[in-house]
Amino acid sequence: MVNWIWLGMIVVSVLFGAANGKMEKVAEAAFGGAQTGVTVCLGLISILVFWMGLMKIAENAGLVRALSVLLAPIVRRLFPDVPPEHPAMGYILSNMSANLLGLGNAATPMGIRAMQELQKLNPYQTVATPAMCTLLALNTASITLVPTTIIAIRMNFGSLHPADIVAPTLLATAVSTGAALLADRWYRRTNRFPPNLTKTPVRRRTQAAGTVLPPAVSGKEG
Amino acid sequence: MVAWIERISSWTIPMLIAFIPLYAAFRKVPVYETFIDGAKDGFQTAVSIIPHLVGMMTAIGMFRASGALDAIIDFVRPFFEKLGVPGDVLPLALLRPITGAGSLAFVTDLMKTQGPDTFAAKIASTIQGSTDTTLYVLTVYFGAVGIRNSRYALKVGLFSDLVGFFAAVAACWLLFGLS
Repeated sequence: MVNWIWLGMIVVSVLFGAANGKMEKVAEAAFGGAQTGVTVCLGLISILVFWMGLMKIAENAGLVRALSVLLAPIVRRLFPDVPPEHPAMGYILSNMSANLLGLGNAATPMGIRAMQELQKLNPYQTVATPAMCTLLALNTASITLVPTTIIAIRMNFGSLHPADIVAPTLLATAVSTGAALLADRWYRRTNRFPPNLTKTPVRRRTQAAGTVLPPAVSGKEG
Repeated sequence: MVAWIERISSWTIPMLIAFIPLYAAFRKVPVYETFIDGAKDGFQTAVSIIPHLVGMMTAIGMFRASGALDAIIDFVRPFFEKLGVPGDVLPLALLRPITGAGSLAFVTDLMKTQGPDTFAAKIASTIQGSTDTTLYVLTVYFGAVGIRNSRYALKVGLFSDLVGFFAAVAACWLLFGLS
């Protein structure tokens, strides 16, 4: 699906650019966009280097494992195919708590560490596993308690009640996270992970209990 | 309540930065060497994301500059206005999932031109704060581990963005009404 969206955006842009006589701007934007991509990554370097260094310490000290053992019952339902004592669980939890507290620049490296741990459980190195998709769903919906950036901007513009958007934000973020998890569940069931399941850890497949396995390659990718 | 949570936010990081190495030192972990070891991975991860982000940002930049985004917005505007969505926040429905910086700029501009306490500005703030940039999260998280086939993840993200958009509008109607 990403392939089509990407191709679609580029082709549509060129067509519109031609129709609107904005070809120069389109060309400019292509390279401007490329530059933005690199700039964003450069900004990420410092954050990732720092947090991954710190998290390596936490991991070697046994903190990540402790966290996953302590809180695993909560997250186990969301990630039934990840062994509960796996370090991925600890990182998933750190990522979720950082998101909740609005610590955006800590959430990303923790999420990436979680992905790297989930990748170790992945028998197909370039295909996303169901657990990876669930983690991504949680992060795109990004459940937030306090949207700090937006409140700060509202203060800047002299809002009388800069924080009164907290209540609707909580409502909206809860609804969209719920929708993301429901959609994720639905796709998880209809779209079984490709092809043979023999290499994936089958220790804890609670959701598969009682359901009849559809023919192995039922899912269409993308 | 809000001030309280904000305080937790600002305390968490310094406390973590102090607590983690301290605890590790008690467990006889060579803290500095371990830090350097992990930090190296961080650099490689960041570099491996570059091609993914460049590809995405290029397409998004072209899409906005060509006027295609504006055309789509003009096309769907009447439907959304019937549903009680102020026309001014509509571009955000399309901007939010594809560009975090772009949608933040849009919200900021809306506050500047209309004032931060108008209904449209409140809806826009709610949308901006309640969800993350789907395309960016997908690019960075999957790019970092080399996932090329994202399967249904994008559909799930975009679906939750759409639901979140309407939830934000509904929540603002519910809490602020017409004013």
